[in-house]
Amino acid sequence: MNVKDIASLINAKVVSGQNGLDKEVTGAYTSDLLSNVMANIEENQIWITLQTHKNIIAIASLKDIAAIILVQDLLPSEECAEQSNIEGIPILSTSLNAYQISGKLFEILKNNA
Amino acid sequence: MTAMQLKFHIEGGNFTKAGFASSEVKKYLRKINISNETIKRIVIAMYEAEVNVVAHAYEGEILVNIDSKKVDISVIDKGPGIEDIELAMKEGFSTASQKVREMGFGAGMGLSNIKRNANEFIIKSQPGEGTSLNIIVYLNNVN
Ligand SMILES: Nc1ncnc2c1ncn2[C@@H]1O[C@H](COP(=O)(O)OP(=O)(O)OP(=O)(O)O)[C@@H](O)[C@H]1O
Ligand SMILES: [Mg+2]
Repeated sequence: MNVKDIASLINAKVVSGQNGLDKEVTGAYTSDLLSNVMANIEENQIWITLQTHKNIIAIASLKDIAAIILVQDLLPSEECAEQSNIEGIPILSTSLNAYQISGKLFEILKNNA
Repeated sequence: MTAMQLKFHIEGGNFTKAGFASSEVKKYLRKINISNETIKRIVIAMYEAEVNVVAHAYEGEILVNIDSKKVDISVIDKGPGIEDIELAMKEGFSTASQKVREMGFGAGMGLSNIKRNANEFIIKSQPGEGTSLNIIVYLNNVN
C-alpha cells in the first residue's frame, strides 16, 4: 500500500510533497519527541505528529520515512512544506487526533508489515 | 577505499539548518556502499550530536573521518559545556529551553541515542568553554 492509497483511505488532505505519494508504507509511528522518533521510527513508516516545523523533514529524510501525517488539521510551516516538496516526502493533514488516526492506520496496516 | 574527511561548521541556535551535516554524511556513505544498517546507526548518532550543538552551544565543528574500517566523528563546540556529564547522559535529563521543548527537542534522549549507536563514544566537557564528542562506528563486524 502506498502513501496515496492511505491518504484516500483515511480521507486526509495532501498538503505537500506530492511527488512522493507512490512510496510504499510498511507501518507507522506516533510521537512528538524528535529524538524518540529518531531512535524508534523505521524506514518506510508514516510518522504521526503535531510538530509542523522544518526539522520534521530533516528527520524524515534521514530516517527514510514514507510520509508525515499532521493531526488535528495542523498545517506545516511554509519552510517545512517547501522542504517536503524538495525532498519528495509527503505531508498529509487529518482532522483526527493522534489517538484516532493511529488506531485507523493500525487497522489499515496491521497485516501489511 | 581511500580515506575521506568531511568537515562542517554548525551554528548554535540555527534550527533551520539542523541535520544538514548529517544528511551530507548519509549521502556520502550511500555513495560508497556502506550497509544500510550501519548508515542508520551513524545517522542517528551524528544527528543527535549536531542538534546538541544547535540547541545547547554557540557554535561547533564536525569532522568526519571515513576509512575502510570505521567512521570517526568529532564534534567540538564552543558553549556553556556540561557540569555533570553522568547526569547529562541519563535518559530524560534535559536543560533545553521551553521554546526548544515545544519544537519536540529536549526529551533528554540524544546522548543515550549516541551511546547506543556508537561502537566507541567519548564525551568531554569544560564548563564555560565547550564540549567535545568522539563517536566511532565500525564498518565491518557491525555490533
Ligand atoms: N553540546 C552541548 N553543550 C552543552 N550542553 C550539552 C551539550 N550536549 C548536551 N548537553 C547537555 O546535556 C543534556 C542532555 O543532552 P541530550 O542530547 O541527551 O538531551 P537534550 O538535547 O536535552 O534532548 P533531546 O536530545 O532528546 O532532544 C542537555 O539538555 C544539555 O544540558
Ligand atoms: Mg540532544
